[in-house]
Amino acid sequence: MRSPQDIGGLPEGPVDPSEHTLNFWEKQADGLRAAVGSKGLMSSHESRRAIESLGHDAMGRLTYYERWTAALSLQMVERGVLTQDEIDAKVAQVRQRLVETGELELSAGEAEKLP
Amino acid sequence: MSGHHHHDHDHDHDHPHAPPQPDDKVHSYHQILSIALKELLIEKGVITAAEVRQFIEKRDSITPANGAKVVARAWLDPAYRARLLEDGNAAAAELGFPITGTKLVAVENTSDTHNVVVCTLCSCYPRDLLGLPPAWYKSRAYRARVVREPRAVLREFGTELSDDVALRVHDSTADIRFLVLPQRPVGTDALDEEALAALVTRDSMIGVALLDGGAR
Repeated sequence: MRSPQDIGGLPEGPVDPSEHTLNFWEKQADGLRAAVGSKGLMSSHESRRAIESLGHDAMGRLTYYERWTAALSLQMVERGVLTQDEIDAKVAQVRQRLVETGELELSAGEAEKLP
Repeated sequence: MSGHHHHDHDHDHDHPHAPPQPDDKVHSYHQILSIALKELLIEKGVITAAEVRQFIEKRDSITPANGAKVVARAWLDPAYRARLLEDGNAAAAELGFPITGTKLVAVENTSDTHNVVVCTLCSCYPRDLLGLPPAWYKSRAYRARVVREPRAVLREFGTELSDDVALRVHDSTADIRFLVLPQRPVGTDALDEEALAALVTRDSMIGVALLDGGAR
């Protein structure tokens, strides 16, 4: 069976050539990934491996930088840099802060993903 | 010269970058997760906020204009062209564009061979020379199809290749990144390096576009 990334040669529809300018959070995610990579904690191979391990469902459902972020989270836990409990607690804390500042406006279906 | 693509690597004043402005709202779980990871990694001393910002600024400073300079130099200087085809990293570094951690392979378009680049597995791209890949480069449709029906995909980009032109598709890896060296447009003999560089498009360096005939 093909891994979720391994899509070369599969049938697909037309290519959408439109340009997408990265928004603020995507740039932040890119910079975060680069900073962690510069510490030797996440190579391109490790990133790809982590993204692949998210599975077929996640590949179809998540956007590009959502996959990167999920992979970074996984990699930090597997490397022993962070624990899942620490991440979950921090996510709850950040969420609460964003609620208080009025910056949180979750899209449909997003609240259910929170730990 | 038409200088709208001109980009001076050492002096960024041609392309002032306003600091990125935060979106008004946070919309998704993964956005929250990204903020949480960043804060935790900073608290633990793994990275600093300044490092993240520096990487964002560095990424913003790398544009296809860097690759265009490499291409223009290769068109004008046969010895440089030979060095580029021999060792892409060294040739890019000569012009002040260091590429770290990956091998840059330049592939040359000729009148009978055209090259196009993909990363079927994800999004590997010569980021250190061209900046971030366009969205379509990362799309399932491009990655899946360009290795099986490249001529049809190129047609969707408005690029019609004659049947007698061989088409080579290069699949990037985490370690090897490709730069297409497009053919120099005809009618550009009088142009200097800067004017030539201004003709070179991002898509021509990925191989989904040809450069048109220039002035003639």
